[in-house]
Amino acid sequence: MVLAEDLARQQRSISVAEFFEKNKHLLGFDSPTRGIITTIKEAVDNALDACEEAEVLPDIFVGVRRVDAEVYRITVEDNGPGIVPENVPLVFGKLLYGSRFHQIRQSRGQQGIGISAAVLYAQLTTGTPALVTSRTGAKASAHRFELMIRTETNEPEIVSHEEIDWDRMHGTRLEIQFKSTLAAKKRLLDYLRLTAIVNPHARVTADIDGEVTTFERVSSEVPPCPKPVLPHPHGIEFGALRRLAAASTGTVDEFLIGSFSRVGKKTADEMIALAGLKPSRKVKNLDADELKRLLDAMQSVKVPAPPAQQCLSPIGEDLICRGLEKEIQLDFVRARTRPSAVYGGHSFIIEAAIGYGGKIPPEGNAQLFRFANRVPLLYQQGACAITNCVAQVNWRNYGLSQQGLPTGPALVMVHVASTNVPFTSESKDAVASIPEIEREIVLVLQELGRELKTYLSRRERKKLQDDRARAICSIIPEIAAKVSEIVELPLVDTSPIEGKIMRKVVAKKRTSDGKVCIDVNNYTAGEVTLVLYSLSRDAGEDAEPRPDFVDEIDGEYNKVWRCTLAPGAAWRVVYTGAGDGSLDLRGVEDGRKVVVDLDV
Amino acid sequence: MSREEMDTLARERLVGIARGWYDQMQDGIVPYIRLPTRTKQNIEYDDESEVWKYGEKESTRSAATEKSAVHLLKMAYVIGFLKRQLIENRSSTLRELYYISEGWKRAKFAAQDESNLLIEDLEIIADVQREAFHLRPEEDGASIFGPLRIRETTRRGVREMHCQEDVGEAGYPIPNNVDNIDFVDHDAKFVVAIETGGMYARLMENGFDEEYGAILVHLKGQPARSTRRVLRRLNESLNLPVVVFTDGDPWSYRIYASVAYGSIKSAHMSELLATPQAQFIGVQPSDISDYNLPADHLTEQDINALKAELTDPRFATDYWRNQINLQLEMKLKSEQQAFASRGLDFVTKEYLPTRLSEMGVI
Repeated sequence: MVLAEDLARQQRSISVAEFFEKNKHLLGFDSPTRGIITTIKEAVDNALDACEEAEVLPDIFVGVRRVDAEVYRITVEDNGPGIVPENVPLVFGKLLYGSRFHQIRQSRGQQGIGISAAVLYAQLTTGTPALVTSRTGAKASAHRFELMIRTETNEPEIVSHEEIDWDRMHGTRLEIQFKSTLAAKKRLLDYLRLTAIVNPHARVTADIDGEVTTFERVSSEVPPCPKPVLPHPHGIEFGALRRLAAASTGTVDEFLIGSFSRVGKKTADEMIALAGLKPSRKVKNLDADELKRLLDAMQSVKVPAPPAQQCLSPIGEDLICRGLEKEIQLDFVRARTRPSAVYGGHSFIIEAAIGYGGKIPPEGNAQLFRFANRVPLLYQQGACAITNCVAQVNWRNYGLSQQGLPTGPALVMVHVASTNVPFTSESKDAVASIPEIEREIVLVLQELGRELKTYLSRRERKKLQDDRARAICSIIPEIAAKVSEIVELPLVDTSPIEGKIMRKVVAKKRTSDGKVCIDVNNYTAGEVTLVLYSLSRDAGEDAEPRPDFVDEIDGEYNKVWRCTLAPGAAWRVVYTGAGDGSLDLRGVEDGRKVVVDLDV
Repeated sequence: MSREEMDTLARERLVGIARGWYDQMQDGIVPYIRLPTRTKQNIEYDDESEVWKYGEKESTRSAATEKSAVHLLKMAYVIGFLKRQLIENRSSTLRELYYISEGWKRAKFAAQDESNLLIEDLEIIADVQREAFHLRPEEDGASIFGPLRIRETTRRGVREMHCQEDVGEAGYPIPNNVDNIDFVDHDAKFVVAIETGGMYARLMENGFDEEYGAILVHLKGQPARSTRRVLRRLNESLNLPVVVFTDGDPWSYRIYASVAYGSIKSAHMSELLATPQAQFIGVQPSDISDYNLPADHLTEQDINALKAELTDPRFATDYWRNQINLQLEMKLKSEQQAFASRGLDFVTKEYLPTRLSEMGVI
């Protein structure tokens, strides 16, 4: 008895704030190094969500500045719609306060934990309040708050509040200080780069301890903001159903038609009949047992998939490619957006892209970029369903080598967009393994793999052709020169070999002793009219024959000649220059021409 | 053939290759070379010369790809260089040739193996030896000790010496170009070619050469061309039997094979280099059990090498099949110096005399 009473004196409720203070790792604050990234990630996610809702092109500034040996000041500022002054303390100073938790649509943030957790973390490590400035429009003035969180009650504490002048018309600025290190600077930049890739409409400027990097936008179209939809009868659980029913004033059939997506009169009747209820009953009067029967009926009746077009906002194939190409130089890139699909009543869309060559490191594993609702996933790659799917595809079929993940100069990007992305934990690092989602990922990767294979084999053919062209147009003439010298006979002419083997229009550029010489031979059986472009820093003023057209851009001269060659005819131009730059021949189809730059 | 005649022949052959390409190009043909395939699958026993030579299989290398074109370009540069070397009566080592190519831009060799192989290709196409191009290998040949008097034409005049009386402990070192030595006279009954320096010194110390009238030739592992040519000449012109004494492992059998049958890499010159009458004296796998020699276990590579030898046409005799299969069964190998376990004199007093009389040499 005494023991129980003792225990009873110790038993009390725990506030969410206290709980997370003790369990920082659940929210991605497991180490000071990671804390900095998580904070910026949460703030940027919120900024992007807000801009999307207000349909403005996001312009986001991220600042990291060292203020003391171990203390950093993090600043994130956006040009979003701002937050009304009454709500600022709640948004930043109370955990689990948010606008999107009760909505069924694609969004980055959901529960309203992330940013207030960052405020809590700052308070824990340095004891300093968060500084929030927000302005909702030209007519309103800006408000600045110093905020802390009362951990015992999970309520905001306003340290100070003032109205100030701010040069921004609308937007929000958050400044917090906490103990951290910049050890993960590269990962932070990676995060921002990846964010820029999947948000091609956003401009992100980062100032990390004085080093400024700007990720420019490639699209000036604001993506349509996903609209909330009603819950799908297949995606609802008992608790939620009971809550909805208690709040409803209508009859069972009105309730089903009015509160769920894709339920019409016919479907509602079918559900009600299956549950053995009278359609005219008030829903709020149903008892727990009846509600349970109704839920079973709702889930066993066939209902069309939820309206994905409204509630999801995929990036789109074109923008994915442009986003990737903006940040990484690639020789090949293809993206695919799959049609929407459903798991457990939640809509989702899988998008993926494959890049090859360019500046991707040629050694080691291919780069894997994972995204969920336009947010890059940086940690726990091994635990993620996306990684498993990538490893599951047989990449050798598509011309890549593979050791679990594909290897070589390739990158694989996968984006899961859903009204409810199934994460493995609250820190949102990895996508859980859901068969419907995995199936879609594998399918889209296979589709892209086939395109990669086509590209690689075409490239291989081109390489062989180039190899042959180089041998014949460049090395054989050298052999000829050496051999003629050995046998002490006049230089043997190798153009017959060229013509016989190539049977094409051959353009050759060779530079020696400050003279650039371009030869064009028509070894085909027909007459050709062609346009020759030589782009280089050489002005070619003494060119003979004169170019038909010269165009100068930033010290580079594009010299253009047009000529018509009979079968077997040859044409040559010579001018003074260094011979760098490039040579192009147009007017002849690809299969019938060979362009060889012997200066490379 | 005199030296001048040889030089002229070599030069004509080299220029002939270039002329062939010149004509091909003039006819609008992509220049090419044809070579026998240099693999184990393409060596055949030639009844007449009793050595293994390249068979019928040929491969064509035409300058139609960048890699092959560059190969031909390198060959053209080498031909040009050798032609001038012959005209100027200079000589160079294989290693020097590799360094000379530094200045050949695209025709520069990436590694010395590449230039060595290319020279062997040229020997085959021109049908003369590299010595005729005035090229010599880096390391010298091995050494000789025994009752033999030789005369060598050196750059500083003619020297005559006896390979027991006029030489030191190391014996007479075989020069690169054995065309410059003549055998004056000898008092020998047979020749023992020995793989390791330890055994060569043991036989010398024990006076085996004097007691049995043996010429000892140290092979220094896989024998250089000059060493193999000396063995062939000792056998052919002096009519002396040659026996080969090596360790008892698969790699040593290949040393014997290259002495007796010619190597795969230089099968185009087997007629000059191989000594078909050379016999294998030991260490035989059967010796390991018969004499209870200290032995090591065969490694994975040893076993693979033995198995490869079972498919090598040069080892396709009953004797070798039996010995190799026996060794694969025992899974053991022994070095020639393992005979020391039975006393330092055992090898000269017991083993060699017994084997030599078995083989009908003494």
